[in-house]
Amino acid sequence: MPDGRTAAAAPGDLRSGSRSGPGPGPGDVEIKNLNLNFGPQHPAAHGVLRLVLEMDGEIVERADPHIGLLHRGTEKLIEHKTYLQAVPYFDRLDYVAPMNQEHAFALATEKLLGIEAPPRGQAIRVLYAEIGRVLNHLLNVPAYAMDVGALTPFLWAFEEREKLMGFYERVCGARLHAAYFRPGGVHRDLPAGLADDIRDWRAAFPKVIDDIEALLTENRIFKQRSVDIGVVDARDALDWGFSGPMLRASGLAWDLRKAQPYDGYEAYDFDIPVGRNGDCYDRYLVRVEEIRQSLRIVDQALDRLETLDGPVAADDNKVTPPKRGEMKRSMEALIHHFKLYTEGYRVPAGETYTAVEAPKGEFGVYLVADGTNKPYRCKIRAPGFAHLQATDFMSRGHMLADVCAIVGSMDVVFGEVDR
Amino acid sequence: MMVFWEGYALPALILIGWILLIVVPLLVGMALLTWYERKVLAAMMLRKGPNVVGPFGLLQPMADGLKLLMKETVIPSGANRAVFLFAPVLTFTLALIAWAVIPLGQSESGVWVISNINVGVLYLFAISSLGVYGIIMAGWASNSRYAFLGALRSAAQMVSYEVSIGFVLITVLIVAGSLNLAEIVLAQQGGFWNWYWIPLAPMFVVFFISALAETNRHPFDLPEAEAELVAGYFVEYSAFPFALFFLGEYINMIMMSGITAVLFMGGWLPPLDVSWLNWIPGPIWLALKIAFLLFVFIWVRATLPRYRYDQLMRLGWKVFLPLSLIAVVAYSGVLLYAGWLPA
Repeated sequence: MPDGRTAAAAPGDLRSGSRSGPGPGPGDVEIKNLNLNFGPQHPAAHGVLRLVLEMDGEIVERADPHIGLLHRGTEKLIEHKTYLQAVPYFDRLDYVAPMNQEHAFALATEKLLGIEAPPRGQAIRVLYAEIGRVLNHLLNVPAYAMDVGALTPFLWAFEEREKLMGFYERVCGARLHAAYFRPGGVHRDLPAGLADDIRDWRAAFPKVIDDIEALLTENRIFKQRSVDIGVVDARDALDWGFSGPMLRASGLAWDLRKAQPYDGYEAYDFDIPVGRNGDCYDRYLVRVEEIRQSLRIVDQALDRLETLDGPVAADDNKVTPPKRGEMKRSMEALIHHFKLYTEGYRVPAGETYTAVEAPKGEFGVYLVADGTNKPYRCKIRAPGFAHLQATDFMSRGHMLADVCAIVGSMDVVFGEVDR
Repeated sequence: MMVFWEGYALPALILIGWILLIVVPLLVGMALLTWYERKVLAAMMLRKGPNVVGPFGLLQPMADGLKLLMKETVIPSGANRAVFLFAPVLTFTLALIAWAVIPLGQSESGVWVISNINVGVLYLFAISSLGVYGIIMAGWASNSRYAFLGALRSAAQMVSYEVSIGFVLITVLIVAGSLNLAEIVLAQQGGFWNWYWIPLAPMFVVFFISALAETNRHPFDLPEAEAELVAGYFVEYSAFPFALFFLGEYINMIMMSGITAVLFMGGWLPPLDVSWLNWIPGPIWLALKIAFLLFVFIWVRATLPRYRYDQLMRLGWKVFLPLSLIAVVAYSGVLLYAGWLPA
């Protein structure tokens, strides 16, 4: 910044009349804005966000987000791995809702391969995608509340997150890094009894949401801290590339699950919550309502799984591995297994942009295949990245405390922003 | 020699004994308070809280204190060493000396208080006003922007809320007819319906909320707002200076609860003026009332989000100040016309 943005023209001269001509006069006081380095080691930085704030007292004049502290070169690494080996990288992007990222990659690869997951596999994916959405919103809603100072909802929500991660673990063996949605379907069928346990959880869970809402939604202080903070109108939301709850809070009913359904979402009955003012409060309300809508989808997916039998992954042994028992008997199956886990499968040359409605917004994978067993390029479109660039525009003129609220309501996770 | 002994040394020893009698239980109480806060907060958050060190985690505060004692005191290179180290000492000392005028009980020989001065209310007011200096000095001497912002917020906040606290005190002393804390308590005799929390209910609420602001507690914990300023004015402090701040803050909480109990909840008086309740010594009643008020402090912390700086100022100057000002006029007017003014 030239001049260090020193407000030399500020009427900081209390002794009137001493000012003569342009330059600072003898009695002039040069007022410098306060530069505050917010993060990366900061409790409200949501990971490793570094914000350089230029402040006039408590008022933020400019917010400059610095990213890249969690950069791991994911996209480049994927170029050197087979398609199957690339799956776990997607867990590590938005580690709050891992399976939703895998979903985008699985769909993109399937599109290039020209296969589709079987109905039961699709229903399991929908079930876990919605559990992922609840996982994500259960982190973001109370984390936002924590940013405005309410401590308790966070702990209540984490209790539930534990249970949900238990469901993750039972289906794939890992609480976070699932690697469960794979090109062609899912890794394995649900273990016995899991569906019933999810139903039990689903029956008890709305009480927790009601409790969290009782502490926040109508709380006067919470409303004072969120209403009319970080307002984004529909036009701006589109211009800044918003998606997901951020876009819907600004009044646009855009949801990829409805707009371009994948994995049979068109058969599920759910509503898209839409905000009116595009402020932090609306974003909070949209997310809370999305949790409730996700529960409706979970119900429907569980009902569907009761009637649907059959495989959970595409019946194509050139892509999905054979059953263990089959490998003991069939030479062909053994060869398939060996080839799949060493060389991987070759994907015909082509390119695709495939996006899913991840909890944070549109999560897209632009995949270029060159006919070999590794992607030529895998560009990841992370919703948080687009949201974060609006930090400056959203927080200009607000107070320091509002910056925390705004960053909290954007729901950024640095795993996916920095990639 | 005898004159020296009887005239100076013995009274001084007795006074030191009295002080120790108050300070030692106070420090133990403060340690218990941190445990109490963590346990209550944990219960409200569906957690367990400290439960490893000692029975029910009761020794956890001791372990924490010991840890802080053994840590290295880090002084930032840009800091003003003398002021930096003096600030926590000041905060801690001020938190302790306010207890000199809090009456703990009564017997035939008189009121149990170190110094039964007749302007006890003013003394308390003066001491709590001085408390802001410790914070400003800490914020300034740390030479850190977070600490500085925290200190500025704190200064503005404490000054704002002290004004309404002042007016609340005026209503109380008009009704009681005395600035002496013991006499204010005695004016509330005769059962809990005579305590000032009922006749002065709006003032009780204003005072309690202002006490939250005065002690920098939720929802007014802006000076140390974790989400914004990390830890506020003591962000640069470590080890024992940090412990002193911590001690000072919690003792201030106990003190503000104590003052609330004395002014509005009948101090050491039992809730019913019957003999078997009167057998229980006054300090125990006072401690119970303080414990209840501290529970409310913690309850508020578990429940409410934090105010923003300007909202806090608005609440202080545009709501509480006019309200308490009107109350002073209203209460004194009613007392004057009804002829209920204390002699």
